[in-house]
Amino acid sequence: MSVELVDLQVLSAVLFCLGLYGVLARRSAVMVLMAIELMLNAVNLNLVAIGAFGAFRDVSIVTSQVIVIFVITVAAAEVGLALAIIMRLFRRHGSVNVDEIDLLKG
Amino acid sequence: MSLFVFYALGALTLLAAVGVVTTRSVVYAALFLLASLIGVAGLFVLLYAEFLALVQILIYGGAIIIVILFALMLTRNTDYQTATEHRRWPFAALVSGGLLALMVTAAIGDSERYNSNERVGIDITTLGAGLFEQWAVPFEIASVLLLVALIGAIVIARSSDGEDQPEGKS
Repeated sequence: MSVELVDLQVLSAVLFCLGLYGVLARRSAVMVLMAIELMLNAVNLNLVAIGAFGAFRDVSIVTSQVIVIFVITVAAAEVGLALAIIMRLFRRHGSVNVDEIDLLKG
Repeated sequence: MSLFVFYALGALTLLAAVGVVTTRSVVYAALFLLASLIGVAGLFVLLYAEFLALVQILIYGGAIIIVILFALMLTRNTDYQTATEHRRWPFAALVSGGLLALMVTAAIGDSERYNSNERVGIDITTLGAGLFEQWAVPFEIASVLLLVALIGAIVIARSSDGEDQPEGKS
């Protein structure tokens, strides 16, 4: 028995949904950020699996892996910016809970 | 053999991910996230993407987790010991469970169409040639994006005088 494409797709679907639950359910902004990282990793895993198994004729291995590199780059930029915003919020409010930050509420 | 490795790494990844979204302590959540990312790196090795596994461990394990831990240290808060769920967590569980059912159904239903059980990999030379020939312009744009994001992070995080007076919680 060898690993099939569907195994990896189911695994990355479960990982993505765990991340989605974390994004929607956690209150701390740092926790939300970590859950977003989980979702990005699920997408990366799916991309690499599709490329490695050659599931689609017009998605080559090089394409899938290069897109994964770009996703990792954007994730690094996103984490840097998000943590800067979180630090600024903490200095201003003394809290990083996303349901207490309602400055834009009328 | 590969199936056994897959189950071991998948169990590590998923259990650590469950830890990330359920644990009360933010520091434990960061360490669980590290374990989960290392599991994904192992799965990359299983898929013959060794360079991506290396990048995954270096950037996520070496940089992102460290930055998150630094941010936790700088924004120390008693809330962190007891990070709680939002009031609407049943709604979140419903949405993510429904999406999971949808995606698993789609993946299993489509599995007959892609009857490809052969994994193939590429060496780093091919990946590098693709990155710097076919994808050269997106690569440059990504580097500019990183630069802009880091400058923006510095500008946002730097406190200017008198601008950050704590206001009363409403």
